[in-house]
Amino acid sequence: MKNKVTIIKEYTKGIWQSNPVFKQILGMCPTLAVTVSAINGIAMALATTFVLVFSSFIISSVRKLIPTQVRIASYIVVIATFVTIVDLVMKAQFPELSKSLGPYIPLIVVNCIILGRQEAFSSKNTPLRSVVDALGMGSGFLIALFMLGSIRELLGSRTILGFQLLPDFYEPWLVMILPAGAFLTLGLMLAFFNNLSLHKKKSDNDKLIAKYLKTKTAADFVIEENK
Amino acid sequence: MELILIFFSAAIVNNFVLAYFLGICPFIGVSNKITSAFSMGLATTFVMTITAIVTWLIYHLILVPFHLEFLEYVSFILVIASLVQFVEMFIKKVSQPLYRALGIFLPLITTNCAILGLALFIVLREYTFLQGIFFGVGAGAGFTLAITIMAGIREELDLADVPKAFQGAPITLIVAGILALAFMGFSGLISV
Repeated sequence: MKNKVTIIKEYTKGIWQSNPVFKQILGMCPTLAVTVSAINGIAMALATTFVLVFSSFIISSVRKLIPTQVRIASYIVVIATFVTIVDLVMKAQFPELSKSLGPYIPLIVVNCIILGRQEAFSSKNTPLRSVVDALGMGSGFLIALFMLGSIRELLGSRTILGFQLLPDFYEPWLVMILPAGAFLTLGLMLAFFNNLSLHKKKSDNDKLIAKYLKTKTAADFVIEENK
Repeated sequence: MELILIFFSAAIVNNFVLAYFLGICPFIGVSNKITSAFSMGLATTFVMTITAIVTWLIYHLILVPFHLEFLEYVSFILVIASLVQFVEMFIKKVSQPLYRALGIFLPLITTNCAILGLALFIVLREYTFLQGIFFGVGAGAGFTLAITIMAGIREELDLADVPKAFQGAPITLIVAGILALAFMGFSGLISV
């Protein structure tokens, strides 16, 4: 049954169907904390994806060697190793970015998305599938962080990725770049996506009912004819 | 005096949950009931205090003398995970009622980013041993305060007529946003 899920599906599910932020509500701490601007969001998401992909690969490769009792500890050691790599590389190559993300890069270690994917997926699947799944989740995370970061940057300081998009007479909403703005924006975004899926569910149900009604009359028609 | 300032700064002005977004997972997950939220807060405070002590000792007595600072994250997270395990076993042996009250929350604390965040902040801000302890206790108190207030609001919210799309996580986040706005009133009170 597992093989029926195509590789492509494995990738796309992370983007929408089980988007880590919008659908599973995982990895909230970095999501809320770093999305003051779009560029921070992108950097955070890329760092997380890097860690996620490589730890998924390593863990799914050695999944049969790890005893179940100590699996969480083993996962965390693998994840922490890759986080250290990311942190050192960022400090050397992008000191500015590393400074603005502050302690949130090391905190990728305890990001529930990464540990959750190891526990739910990599520990049961082949390395190829795990890497594809990790890339999908990473992309979903990137989309979520970019959206949240863009909205907050646009309303809070008139810009997206440093380009001014709103005219000068627009007074920036300071609250958007403060902690409260993060909670409010994400809450409204989640409600918006919930609303979308509720509508989709409703229209799906309506279609099903319409179809059912049609077949019922058809069945009745057939029965009447038989009489 | 400085120690008291650090305590209040961590507890109220720079609240871990509402200003640094640390520990959001339990903050949203375990804030349905006041009693369980308060127990979670206590358990977290307890682990935070011990973490502050142990990670400070490890960083300054082992990692720095041997120039192993790059092992910071690996060693901290391992220490926290084993510490939580140890605390769980210890409480189970010593006090059954306390174990029953905190029991289910203890394993969750390992992945609470507030704990690792605390250890990292202590290193980052170069706190002394005593300052670190006060910072840990203050952060724990702040977490308890935030999660208990949140649980109180959510208990009332059960009776409210929330639009369908907002039910669950969205309304919780919006309430948290309003709470963060309220806590902003404290900003500038202490500058530590």
